[in-house]
Amino acid sequence: MAHGVQPLPDGRYAVDLEPEERELLRGLAAELEELVASEDPAVARLFPAAYRDDPKADEEYRRLVRQSLVSGRLEALATLRAARTASLTEAEAEAWCGALNDLRLVLGERLGVTEELYDRGIDPRHPDAVELSVYGWLTWLQASFVDALASRLPTTE
Amino acid sequence: MAQTIEAPVRVEKPDVGEAGTTDRPWVVIVWNDPVNLMTYVTLILQKLFGYNRVKAEKLMLQVHHEGKAVVSSGTREKAEHDVARLHAAGLWATMQQD
Repeated sequence: MAHGVQPLPDGRYAVDLEPEERELLRGLAAELEELVASEDPAVARLFPAAYRDDPKADEEYRRLVRQSLVSGRLEALATLRAARTASLTEAEAEAWCGALNDLRLVLGERLGVTEELYDRGIDPRHPDAVELSVYGWLTWLQASFVDALASRLPTTE
Repeated sequence: MAQTIEAPVRVEKPDVGEAGTTDRPWVVIVWNDPVNLMTYVTLILQKLFGYNRVKAEKLMLQVHHEGKAVVSSGTREKAEHDVARLHAAGLWATMQQD
């Protein structure tokens, strides 16, 4: 059983994952890299509207930021896909955390995930049981990154 | 809620005129969604806005329980910048004039 992410005394983050888990991550990252700039309806969740009631202003906002949002996401996914080392720098750990969140957002959108999922658990007979368990595993791993990154931030000013 | 009492200051009334609507500040709102982790939302609010954990957690809980929270405000340019950073982090953020 893997143990997720641990902050190290030298400022880096240890990532304890099984080889097959790393392989799964690389595959998921590569798949989303292909889709990020596409019109895939689930990927649209990564690019929400900034103006809810003003389509013209929102179009202008998208024109300004879309490209940098796409390239930022591609960069983080490439970091996730490329990493083969046992530990990550702060910047790499932030990229993993963001890329894992993007994977969960898209997968969660496709699966129609609700907040109740965490209370009920996953029924193995559910038609999406495999995808849901991948989603659950991504959630566990991202939570581990969040805890490790938050442990280096001040509690109060 | 804690209050700070300040000495009264004489303020010149600004000449608003016709441009009243453009002077009102813009607010950035984060909406609740079923995917983003509560701890992740707190982390992002700390990282992007420099809020301490207590303030970031308070805003995150407001999003969770009330469905939304105002997380920053200012000029239209600042609000757009903040929304774009929240979108980059995967949070569901919008902006509107207060």
